[in-house]
Amino acid sequence: MITMENVSKTYSNGVTALNDISIHIDRGEFVYIVGPSGAGKSSFIRLIYREAKPTKGKIIVSDRDLSKLKERHIPYLRRDIGVVFQDFKLLQKLTVYENVAFALEVIETSPRSIKRRVQEVLKLVGLEAKEKMIPSELSGGEQQRVAIARAIVNNPKVVIADEPTGNLDPDTSWEIMKVLEDINSKGTTIIMATHSKHIVNTIKRRVIAIEDGVIVRDQQRGDYGYEI
Amino acid sequence: MKMELLYEINSGVTTAMKFRTLLRHIREGTKNIFRNGWMTFASIAAVTTTLILVAVFLALVLNLDQMARNIEQDVQISTLIDVTADEDQIVQLGEEIEQIDGVAEVQFSSNDNELSKLIESMGDEGQAWSMFEQDNPLNHVYIVEAGVPEETEVIANQIEELDNVENVLYGKEVVEQLFQFNNYARAIGLALIIGLVFTAIFLISNTIKITIIARSTEIGIQKLVGATNSFIRWPFFVEGALLGILGSLAPVAVILGGYYYIYNNFANVINFRFVELLPFDPFAWQLSGMVLVIGAVIGVWGSVMSVRKFLKV
Ligand SMILES: Nc1ncnc2c1ncn2[C@@H]1O[C@H](COP(=O)(O)OP(=O)(O)OP(=O)(O)O)[C@@H](O)[C@H]1O
Ligand SMILES: [Mg+2]
Repeated sequence: MITMENVSKTYSNGVTALNDISIHIDRGEFVYIVGPSGAGKSSFIRLIYREAKPTKGKIIVSDRDLSKLKERHIPYLRRDIGVVFQDFKLLQKLTVYENVAFALEVIETSPRSIKRRVQEVLKLVGLEAKEKMIPSELSGGEQQRVAIARAIVNNPKVVIADEPTGNLDPDTSWEIMKVLEDINSKGTTIIMATHSKHIVNTIKRRVIAIEDGVIVRDQQRGDYGYEI
Repeated sequence: MKMELLYEINSGVTTAMKFRTLLRHIREGTKNIFRNGWMTFASIAAVTTTLILVAVFLALVLNLDQMARNIEQDVQISTLIDVTADEDQIVQLGEEIEQIDGVAEVQFSSNDNELSKLIESMGDEGQAWSMFEQDNPLNHVYIVEAGVPEETEVIANQIEELDNVENVLYGKEVVEQLFQFNNYARAIGLALIIGLVFTAIFLISNTIKITIIARSTEIGIQKLVGATNSFIRWPFFVEGALLGILGSLAPVAVILGGYYYIYNNFANVINFRFVELLPFDPFAWQLSGMVLVIGAVIGVWGSVMSVRKFLKV
């Protein structure tokens, strides 16, 4: 599903966020990306949906060689990937419902399917009662759930979540994890950057640890491994 | 909802756009118009000013062209006879003219006759000329007709060489003056219009730039969830086209109202052989259509400029 070969990323300010990374993630896997703040987790994620380009190396996502991907084909790559952004990226003027529906509108889904599908995912993340509210009326955790709903609404092949439980209380975190596990069990690949030792150590999955832009550990059914 | 439209945007990819997506773009583009208040108003006003001038200019040039064409088809030459010529000389002149190759008909018209024709052609204002009835300042005239329009000029030149001819008047000469005027009108009008068109395009592109900046977060998120470039651009093209079309509504009203008025009153003011306005139907309608299209093109052009510059993807 996702292959990186000797990938490095140096930002224009000279910071090297990733240094010679090679990794393979199979279809249907559930992978935690762990590591201290500033290690390069978000940079790793941004390379996958082509928000950033690698300085060096080769990336293949869902059979597309990203170095050869034409600008105009990027949207189609992104339709295969649902992203839960660390900062949510919700539209402040739109309601919860509209924020989620938005992801389907841009890919020209019929209004009837949009309605059915949006209600479905809002129920899944437990926000069906708040579909008419706007983001500023929601708690951080609720906004995060809207972001998750938007990421999964078009049934992408891969869901990438950058700290999806960062702002959630433990109970809600578990609910979110249940949602992610649920779509993973249906065959969706999940990549999740997290600082939650508790989650990683409880729901045991593959763990990739990044430190200073280098993969220092890649372990099936691994632990969080950091003491916080 | 099965209807699909083909469209092509910069990328060169042809994609089928669903009809409801087109409706969505129109809806979004219309919303943008209302968001921009004053800039929208300024853009529309600029398009309106420009198009009113375009309309006046086109109406003038096209009518003058038509008149010039009419005159070129004219075979008539007025030969003004010298006031000093006596009756014999006048008769002799008539015979000489008849002998010129290509002359089809020669007709004498006395100065009194010419004056009454003039008074008649001027309508009400012509009455002022009646005071000349006692002391007629006009010449006697031979009205000569060429067999074919192409020979009018050659014949006129030959007549001019004859004795007792004070002057010859024929359409071609009038045409040349008309053309000269027409060329000036064209040059000045064109320069003015080009300046105004660019001002209008600039204002529209500025308005659209404001929309693009105001929606940049939204556009960024649209891209991240997989919107194609054309999907993002379409509402802005719609906004531009709408600004152009809204700006052309007043000019269209001016054309239809103004031309109707002028066309119906013109005949009373000037009643001259060659001078005839293009008929209201279809001319005013065609001109309106043209102005509408020019407005839309100005609008789309303005939005294309901004989209190119500020919607880097
Ligand atoms: N757009 C950018 N331009 C320049 N430098 C950047 C940019 N984004 C990230 N960096 C730098 O790259 C390094 C890795 O950042 P990244 O955001 O990938 O870390 P992270 O592991 O996601 O951290 P966190 O756990 O705090 O989210 C940092 O030193 C950061 O300052
Ligand atoms: Mg991060």
